[in-house]
Formats: sequence, C-alpha cells, structure tokens
Amino acid sequence: MSYGEAGFNLEIDLSRGSIERVETDPRLTELHLGGQGTADKILWDRVPPEVEPFSPDNLLIFSAGLLHATPVPGANRTVVNTFSPQTNLHSHSLFGGFFGPELKHAGYDKIVIRGKSASLVYLWINNDKVEIRDAGHLQGKGCQKTAALIRQELKQEKAQVAAIGLAGENRVYISTIDHSNSSAARGVGVVMGDKRLKAIAVRGTKDINIARPAELFELCLRLRKEIYENPVCGDPMAHEDDETFHVDNFAWGNARERKKGYWNKELEEKWGALTRKLKDRDTSCYNCPKDCHAVINYPGRQRYALKCFNKLTYLMAAHKELNFNYDILGVTQDYGLDGFSTPQVLAFAIELYEAGILTDQDMPGFPTDVEGRFFWLIEKIVRREGVGDVLANGVYWAARQIGKGAEAFDHNTTKKFEQVTIKLGKVNPPYFLMIATGEKMNITQIEGSYPQDPLPTVEEREKFVRNWVAAPDDKFKKMFLKWEKRNELPFEASCAICDWNEIMHYIDDAIGLCGFLSSFRGQFGGRIPYHIHNIPNIISLATGMELDKVGLWEIARRNRNLVRALNVRRGMRRKDEKPPEDHWKVRDPEMETRLLDAYYEFKGWNNEGIPTKETLDELGLDYVSEDFVQRGILTDNEGTPSKETSAEKEKD
Amino acid sequence: MKGGLKRKIVKEIKVDVDKCTGCRSCEMACSSFHAVPKYSSMNPAKARIRVVIDELRDVYVPIRAGDYTPAECMGRDAYTINGKEYNECSFCGASCPSRDYFKEPDSGLPLRCDMCEDEPPLSEPMCVQVCQPGALTYEEREEEGGEEEVKWEEMEIGLESLADKYGLQKLMDTVARMSMSKKENIKAKEEE
Repeated sequence: MSYGEAGFNLEIDLSRGSIERVETDPRLTELHLGGQGTADKILWDRVPPEVEPFSPDNLLIFSAGLLHATPVPGANRTVVNTFSPQTNLHSHSLFGGFFGPELKHAGYDKIVIRGKSASLVYLWINNDKVEIRDAGHLQGKGCQKTAALIRQELKQEKAQVAAIGLAGENRVYISTIDHSNSSAARGVGVVMGDKRLKAIAVRGTKDINIARPAELFELCLRLRKEIYENPVCGDPMAHEDDETFHVDNFAWGNARERKKGYWNKELEEKWGALTRKLKDRDTSCYNCPKDCHAVINYPGRQRYALKCFNKLTYLMAAHKELNFNYDILGVTQDYGLDGFSTPQVLAFAIELYEAGILTDQDMPGFPTDVEGRFFWLIEKIVRREGVGDVLANGVYWAARQIGKGAEAFDHNTTKKFEQVTIKLGKVNPPYFLMIATGEKMNITQIEGSYPQDPLPTVEEREKFVRNWVAAPDDKFKKMFLKWEKRNELPFEASCAICDWNEIMHYIDDAIGLCGFLSSFRGQFGGRIPYHIHNIPNIISLATGMELDKVGLWEIARRNRNLVRALNVRRGMRRKDEKPPEDHWKVRDPEMETRLLDAYYEFKGWNNEGIPTKETLDELGLDYVSEDFVQRGILTDNEGTPSKETSAEKEKD
Repeated sequence: MKGGLKRKIVKEIKVDVDKCTGCRSCEMACSSFHAVPKYSSMNPAKARIRVVIDELRDVYVPIRAGDYTPAECMGRDAYTINGKEYNECSFCGASCPSRDYFKEPDSGLPLRCDMCEDEPPLSEPMCVQVCQPGALTYEEREEEGGEEEVKWEEMEIGLESLADKYGLQKLMDTVARMSMSKKENIKAKEEE
C-alpha cells in the first residue's frame, strides 16, 4: 500500500481518444517528491526540444502535490506544466482551490495530456470511469459558467472543474485555466485551448492512506490553529483597506510611472467602503484555515473571486480607481485572462496608439476614454480580432509583429514574459539574480524567504532573527544582522539568498503547499507554519518516506536543475538572463556580470548558466548530462565554469 | 428516578453560514476521524458533514448527516434568506436517494453523524475543532423530560437501508444463509 499518493497517473491522448491508467514508479517519488518535480521528469523524458508548444506532442500535465488529500492544512495547490508558446520555455503555473485533492481521491496523482482533439471536448474523471465528452455546447462559455454547466449536466455537484474561457479557446497567450477561486496563468491556458480541451471535471471518492496517522493528525490540528492566528500567513493584504504597498511602489500605466504619495486616508475610506459594499464573503481553498479570496458581486457581472494583486493591476494600468478594477475583473475572469499580463498588454497598446504606431486604421472605432479602450481591447483580444490577434500574443511578440518602433515600448519583459510592474532606483543584487535567472517568469514565484528590506536598528534585527524559524541555518541570521542598506549585500550573501528563496518554492511546487503559508512567508520572520526544518517530518508522517532537511534540500535542487535542463535543452542561455533594462534606474553592468558569474558558480552552472556535468551527476541527473554531451551543449571534460565566455560573445 | 422526569444531554452543532469559507476542513477531519484505524485514511466522500457550495450564488452551507430515508421527499421549495436563494436540499441532512450525500461510496450504505463519540470523549466533535472561522460551534445542554432516545448504531442504520431496499424477509434470509455457510466452513475446517 502506498501512503500519501494515489500511485497512478492518468494518460490521455486527445488525438486518438485513448485513456490509460498507468502505475507510477515509487523511486521517482523518492527522487522528485511529486507535483512539478515528477511532472518535469515526464517532460524531460517525453518532450524533446524540437517539439513546438503547439505540437500535438507537447504535453499538458496537471499534478496534485505529494501532500494533497492528507490532513496537512493548506496543501491544495495544483501545478500545471507544459511548454509555453509565449516563451518557448517551461511553463510553471499553480492554482489553489480543490482540484488536486479531488484528483487524488479519484485515484490519480497526475493527468498527462497529449495530442489534440479534433473538436472541443471536456474530460470527465469519475474515479475509475474516465470519459472524453463533447464540449460543443460549452464553446464560448465563461470559466465559472462552464464549471456550473458541467456539474449540472453530470448531476455531480461535488465535481471539481478546471476550465478555460473564450481566451484559452482562441489560443490567447495571456489566458488562464480557472478553477473555483483560483487561476493558473503563464502559458497553460493557451496550450489547453490548443488541445481543444475546454475543461476537466473530476470527482473522487477513494481513500488516501496516511503512514503515521495519529501523529500527523495531531500535528495538523496544532498547525491549523497557528495558521489561523498568525497575521502574516495567508494573504494579509486581502483583508486590508490600506493599499500603500502596491499603489505607491509599483509602476502605473505600461509599467511607467511610480506615484509616490498617491495613497491617502480619503482613498482608503472610499475604496474600503466600495469593497465592503461589493464583497459577499471571503473564501478558502481546500483544508485551509485562511480566507484569502474575497467574493466580489459587482452589479451586472457574475460573482468572482479576487486573487491578491489582481485587485489593483487593471486600475493601475489604466490610471483609474478601484471601481473600474472590480468592474473589468467581472469580464476578464469570465474570459479567462491573466490579471498580471493582460493589463500590461492593454496599457502597451494604448501607448502605441498615442505614439501613432497603432492608428485608427488598425483600430477602427477605438473609444476615446481609457475605460472604454480597455473593454474594447479585451473583446478584440479574446476573439483574436484585428489588432487583438497580435496583442493576444503578449507584449514581446506583439511589439515585434507590429514593428514600426513598437519594440521600444516592450520594456518590461524578461524571457519574453511580462514582469511585475516594479521600477526602482539602484540595482539590488539578490533581486537582480532572481529576476535574471528565474524560470517561473514571475518574481512572486521566486522570492519570499529572505526579507526584502533590512531593519534599521541592530536591536530590531536581533529581535527578528531570534524567532526566525524559517532560516535554514545561522548563516542567514548573521547576514541579516549585518545588513544595513537594501542594495548592499555581498555577492556570496546574494547568491545564497536567491538560492534559498527559490528552493522553498521548488519544495512547495512538489508537495502542493501554498506559498502563503510557506515559501512566501519566511521573509516576515517569526514562526511560520512550514519551513525547511519541519517539512521533512511532515512528509515522513504522511508518506512514510525517510527524509531530513539535507535530503529535502537535495531533492529541491534536483528539481530546480531539471527545470534549468529543460530550458537549456530548448536553447536558453546566459543572454536570456536579463532583468528589464529599466527595472532599476541606476545599473552597474560590470558588477552585474561579476554577480551573475558568481551565482552560476554557486549553483554549479557553467558560464552560460548550464548545469555542469559534475552538478548533474551529483544530483543523479546523469541522463541529463549524457544528453547534453551528446547534443554538444556540454563538452565531455567540462568541469568548472570558464570565466572567458561572456554573454556578448554568445552567437544566436 | 422514580416518578420523575429523565434528564438528557442534548448535543448540538450550530451553523453560521455567513462565517463559512467553504474550505471543507470539516469534511476532511470527519472522514479522517471515522477512518479505521482512526486517522489512517482521508476521504471527504465518506464524511458525515458536507458543505453545500454554489459559488455563483454565494451559497455555503455545512450540513450534517441525519436520518436515513428510503424515499425522496416532496419538498422542493426555494427559500430566500438575506437576498440569497437556497433550495430545500441545501439544509437537509437526510441520506436520501435524490443525491449521493451521506452514503458510503463503495457500499452505498447510509452514514450518520455520531457527534464523534469516543472514549475518552472529545472536547468537541472533530468538524468543530477544525472550523477556525467559527461557522460550526458546539453546544451541550441538559434538558428535562422525554424518553431517552433510542440511539441507533451504525450497523443498524445500514441494515435498515438494506431492509428498505430488498425487503426485511430477504435480508433475514440472506443473513441466515450467510451464517449457515460460515458455520459449515468452520465445521469443514475442523474436520480437516
């Protein structure tokens, strides 16, 4: 009997209409845990670099986390992986809610989807009974409406549904997959649409067994109370009317203008009152004591759930107020558009129009007011009509397709992906590394364990480190005690910070924990529910696996290097590892080059950012190093990183 | 006791639907507590509490498994409470043929909330212990009067539903046949 896991994957071939139930290899659980870890092993084995994202041979994998369907509170984030047409690289995407646990109760750890259906279909998983069903009648239906209709027609009110809206159906790059109160962004909705898969509905009524039941349950009872009472866990901003952090610090418009001092008491009262008027309640994801998702009931729109910064992204892109954001979300959530990328694409289009690069000929009937323009553009994008067909590909590709100087307006992408709209003063070393080398395309999926800013006094720092349970060892505490200015951290510290931050996310991705209780919360100090010291024991209690801190760190490193390997095999190199040019006003190219050198060395990667044979072999990824040598990506005797090659010398 | 009224303890779980966040921790904990051995497996489909959720209408109602009933009822009324529409089933804890709530998923036998009776007793039923937002609260009060309610064990509830499905006579015949064949098996083994 296996503990914690279902022990089977579901293999769906949409081209042939075939469905298989395949037993998983327990050794892979020991090497990669589960979730994205084991999904990436499948991508490595089965999707060679020649496979284009829109090829039927591209896989779309939905993975439950290793701890889903155990009593562990907050283990509910499903991970979706594929190769994205926007970046031509690995897609990492997570969504909360109830899907992963339900999938495990249906008897599966993953759904691996290949091929392409001839017509729009949906997948219905009811324990052992799995069907590919016609979805013709669901074409054009909104994400949540689709879920409701599927439940109704199956007479299964407990079925959990993940669906795409019109945006995904029309292969809009910036589309999402939506489920309950959550969305999965960054390249997965478009691939689901390309496969003509409208939705997946799952219902499971099977047991998931626990290795050391009483001990784990008791521990979880304690954790639940801690999570509920801890004010920095979950999404505290979801319950605050004070929006200073975002509106005063993040850039407005097309990531252009920072409005320091924008926020005031009057706005706080006005916006707060509006939220209270429109909010029905706050909801949770599966088995979590926090309630991070406000349910908004805007007049004339369908109810939807707010997702963190989505509350502000449209209003900031449009230079408007909260009412506009609540209104437009009622439309974009139904279409299944990503709330991070979409507002930037819209603001970018308006800039191009104002600069005369896009004209009335390109945009007949383009309204004069900014609200009208946003709604107008959305209708064009989700249908890929006229200029919308180009904008649907995201800022990077749209700029190149439009030409006429539009490229200069693409100033906030890295690896062809829209970045969070932050524009700051002086280059910040750990953030430089995270944005440059991250492969999740969004800083929120990389940062989170080490604080973003130092504390002003020694006393405050001492107090902070005293109760800082998340810190893996004293090294980070010493670092924090000595840290005075945000931008002044030694290379060694910057490398270690970047490494720790991303390692915690790689753990969460594999076990399905929510970052708001784990990888995104170390930065607040104090006691947080999940950290490198207690996660190994929790995994052991649930699954029976022997695991300690060192072992867990090594698994996360293996998983992290496997993502890098997937991308390196698809051509990613040092030249791609650049934060947006204007992310900081004051840059230091010479220092940045040395910093990146140091980080690559720290990670055991060569000067092109490619994991060395030594690093790969040490992690048991010999099959990767062999492949790299065969392809000429690594040379046979490549050991330590060479200092001579620089990014500029790299030929494309 | 003589001539006087009996005193009984009434246990109640109160529900505040406005506080429910729809996390379904109650389902998780209930299924885990009632697993054999305790906590050894998880399966919300076996929970004796369910959260009726309709996101589009903002309906979140935790209901506990109540009586088993062999037939669907006639009640299909809709209620409007605080401007929200609920159908009658959203408040009903019956294990009935019209939906798959409160039935053991493999056998189809009815499930019933037993307030997590345990030795030693829990401070509160498990669903209440895991409901941090406070949608579920536990109350115990002493009441005078009335006959002590006949408390049905889980097996009796299951047998009742089988009797309803197949008829009492058929059920008795089957049990008799099973016990005969069991006896014969034992006899055969002894003779070996």
